[in-house]
Amino acid sequence: MKMQNKNPRIEGLSPTEIQEINAEMSHYEDKTAVSIEALKIVQKHRGWVSDDCLVAVAGFLDMAPAQLEGIATFYNLIYRRPVGKTVIHYCNSVTCWMMGSEQIREHLCRRLNVALGEMSEDGEYTILPIVCLGACDHAPVAMVGDELKLDLTENAVNEFLGR
Amino acid sequence: MARIEIDGRFYDVQDNTNVLSTCLSLGMDLPYFCWHPAMGSVGACRQCAVIQYKDAEDTRGRLVMACMTPVMNDMRLSISSEQARRFRSDNIELLMTNHPHDCPVCEEGGECHLQDMTVMTGHTFRRYRGSKRTHNNQNLGPFINHEMNRCIACYRCVRFYNDYAGGHDLQVLGVHNNVYFGRFEDGTLENEFSGNLVEVCPTGVFTDKTFSAHYARKWDLQTAPSICVHCGLGCNTAPGERYGELRRIINRYHGAVNGYFLCDRGRFGYGFVNSSKRILKPRIDNQPIIAIETAESHFRKLLNAAKSTIGIGSPRASLEANFALRELVGEENFFLGLNDTEHTLLNTIIDLMRHGGIHSPSLREIEQADAVLILGEDVTHSAPRLALSIRQALRNASFAMAQTMHIPLWQDAAIRQLRGNVQSPLFIASICATRLDDVATNTYHGSPENVARLGFAIAHCLDDSTPAPFALSTSEQSLASSIASRLKQAKRPLVVSGTSCSCLAVIQAAYNIAKAIPSKDKQLTFTVPECNSVGLTIMGGKRLQQAFERIDNGLTDNVIILENDLYRRASHKAVDLFLETAAHVSVIDSLENKTTEKAQLLLPAATFAESEGTLVNNEGRAQRYFPVYPATEAARGSWQWLTSVMEDPHWQHHDALTSACATTLPGLATLIQSASVTEDAIAGSKIPRQPHRYSGRTAMHANIKVSEPGPAHDLETPFAFSMEGATTHAPPALLPVIWAPGWNSNQAINKFQEEISGHLRDGDTGIRLIEASGELPWFDDIPTAFEPEPGLWRITPLPNIFGSEELSQQSPSIRERQPLVCILLNPMDAETLAVGTGDPIEIREFAGATTLTIHAQIEHTLPRGLVGVTTGLPEFQSLQAWTQITLKKANPELQDLSEVPL
Repeated sequence: MKMQNKNPRIEGLSPTEIQEINAEMSHYEDKTAVSIEALKIVQKHRGWVSDDCLVAVAGFLDMAPAQLEGIATFYNLIYRRPVGKTVIHYCNSVTCWMMGSEQIREHLCRRLNVALGEMSEDGEYTILPIVCLGACDHAPVAMVGDELKLDLTENAVNEFLGR
Repeated sequence: MARIEIDGRFYDVQDNTNVLSTCLSLGMDLPYFCWHPAMGSVGACRQCAVIQYKDAEDTRGRLVMACMTPVMNDMRLSISSEQARRFRSDNIELLMTNHPHDCPVCEEGGECHLQDMTVMTGHTFRRYRGSKRTHNNQNLGPFINHEMNRCIACYRCVRFYNDYAGGHDLQVLGVHNNVYFGRFEDGTLENEFSGNLVEVCPTGVFTDKTFSAHYARKWDLQTAPSICVHCGLGCNTAPGERYGELRRIINRYHGAVNGYFLCDRGRFGYGFVNSSKRILKPRIDNQPIIAIETAESHFRKLLNAAKSTIGIGSPRASLEANFALRELVGEENFFLGLNDTEHTLLNTIIDLMRHGGIHSPSLREIEQADAVLILGEDVTHSAPRLALSIRQALRNASFAMAQTMHIPLWQDAAIRQLRGNVQSPLFIASICATRLDDVATNTYHGSPENVARLGFAIAHCLDDSTPAPFALSTSEQSLASSIASRLKQAKRPLVVSGTSCSCLAVIQAAYNIAKAIPSKDKQLTFTVPECNSVGLTIMGGKRLQQAFERIDNGLTDNVIILENDLYRRASHKAVDLFLETAAHVSVIDSLENKTTEKAQLLLPAATFAESEGTLVNNEGRAQRYFPVYPATEAARGSWQWLTSVMEDPHWQHHDALTSACATTLPGLATLIQSASVTEDAIAGSKIPRQPHRYSGRTAMHANIKVSEPGPAHDLETPFAFSMEGATTHAPPALLPVIWAPGWNSNQAINKFQEEISGHLRDGDTGIRLIEASGELPWFDDIPTAFEPEPGLWRITPLPNIFGSEELSQQSPSIRERQPLVCILLNPMDAETLAVGTGDPIEIREFAGATTLTIHAQIEHTLPRGLVGVTTGLPEFQSLQAWTQITLKKANPELQDLSEVPL
């Protein structure tokens, strides 16, 4: 594409990322419609979306960085800070809360020696809250990476952490 | 119309609006945050809850949000029921959980909508004991402070900034109870209307940074109704003073002109009043003298001794000051003080407004347009508030669509979500990119001649009896016909043009187009450069060039220059010669400039904030401004200096001047209606400029004298420099401060409008002097296309909102926003010259001796053969606009460039 050479702001994106974003763009009339997909693509390749990447994607989609930042910070599955290899999303909605999600969170934090939102020292884990995962009948629940963990107990946590 | 019942009483109300707006129109108190009269409803804050009953029997009812509930016939509502009151009080308690309660140190305190609404709901006791979320604030540039901790997340700021004003760099970040209204990173808010955030924000998140530097509470400010002097639109303002210093400017609602909003030049340009460049003492031969009497007698002596005296008026001085000068020197010795081109353009514009037969709209009428063509203007820079109105006009297509879908027009979010983002057409033909291009249907960039040619072509497409330009390119031809067809379809098309291009043909083409449009409700508006350009031109007088000749011929030896820096009007050589040849030069002005340097007698003029006068805006509306505080030291209104040397004491009063102006000059005859405003008011009682809580009155001068000085007397206006007097009899348009019991913020304006967002009760200010009549023949003087000559370029002044206007230029905050001192070049021209952005370039006037070295900047939309410079910057004052120049790449090491870093 001609634009790639002209716009210095998109230099931060890799050719693969640009190719994948372009592929998404072909489905829509309006470039800005792919904002979320573009952020997900960048995150897929880099683990998170840095400021530079965000500016690059905004430039590519002809948006103001603030507009894209508004979208990026709205969705809790877009990470604007570095995260561990595995992100643990524990549910903090009402059913899980009633069934003891707070204790699970505390246990997780203690075991990994991190505060909520931080990355463990070895770079393996980050713990973040998430809204209802739709498995209230098995509360408390968490997503560990892509895997849904049901009926969590402290033992179950120790088990999947392997420590 | 609908009949509704509120708390057992019946009201006949409009049925095209919502319950909140209706309750406020009826004068009731109902708290709200996210709703704004100019921005409609989104139902976000849940604050305006009322009870709606199903029918006459229903005693329980249900809670509804007043702002989201359409008014319907036979509706039964309750504002005062216990459930509704309880809900509103609980809601504000929740909104306030994170609010820091820092009112004593908050600049919004005393005019805070959040304070008012909290008190109104009766939430007086804080139960929340948890911790509060806190935020880091951002540096948002020279105009606006940011204090996010105070935010209650009403979303008004982003709705104004993005949806209403077209900004992009202020957004809402984050989600649920952790949202942040700010920029991606620290930096100046880019939008030209950012200052309105100060008034749009219901609390102290966005406050006026220039005001912070010398802050006073609203109740400690002395205020009078005023008119903005920084462009030709005549927006109404409310400047506030404390301790002899102008502290800030806020919007003053006008139902037909500026509504609720001002531009940033108008809001922050006031700094010039406090500038160190102010002339406060008379000077004779550059020696300051203290006594007014000495200056007066010297002025009189010069007049008496002179063979003959000529007067040079000014488009930034009031009608009265110009008229006083005209009376003093005589009609045949009065010159308008406009540059030659501008003189011609303004005369043409006035002629078209008077005899062209096409309505000259107010800004409010402009917002009703359903197709807009801008010919030769970047309105955001030449008449900023007009750009905001044009943005609103573009929504009319979506309003029309909403109507077919039965969506009420105040349902803001719903209408903005309509499929396809339908928008009324906007076409812009200009020299290069403009700040409205983001919403333009199509744009055209060309030299003024080419813009005019496109205009003539559009007119010809609309009506083939109009002359057509020859040798138009195919693309220009097809653009012209597509514009013409959209204008033809429109019910209320608007054509905008003006003086920015300095091109008569552009104005004539605009008239041809407007005349050729078939719709009866068409409108034609022109931007003019200064606050009284139209008034001065209606008054009429000779050309500046003729004044030069008078002195050159030796027919005249004495010159009086009224508030005019002639170096901004004509070539330096001509002005130097003129000022040196004249035996005596007296200058009346408020700020030092090149002309005041040459004055033998310099008389200090009061600014708009310290004197009274009438200004005529581009619409032809004469509006009066009043002194906010008495002028300090020896400064006084220009009209007072001029009348002080007249024999007849009759002239010593401002109203006498206004009525003489009306009776002498046929074009100003209707002005007589405003001449007796003072008399009427004095017969009753004077309107106090100071609010009833004005503090420190007895002590504020104690450092000078312990006994309290008496208030200054004001014989010229209906206002007193005092807190004594009554406001009850005053028409809202004359209220210095907008305030109502329980409503300390500017939102109190609800109480003074005929209906929400309508006209002020007892009428908006101002008298329209010109109503369109007649018809003029087609203009047929079509210029030939502009062809760049190899090796030659043309100096093309481009107005800028920050920096081009003479007075606001001296305001420190405006100066921080001034564009870089550079010349703009087409990329191909830059390539020919082998220069890139940031490279120094040497400019040489083709027919003159001026050379100048300046940085180059590439502008992709600028046509070849033109060189863009910012209008009015002192750095470019030696260059004559539109003259031909040669360019040469300069040696970067040899040149001493201007200090502005690139």
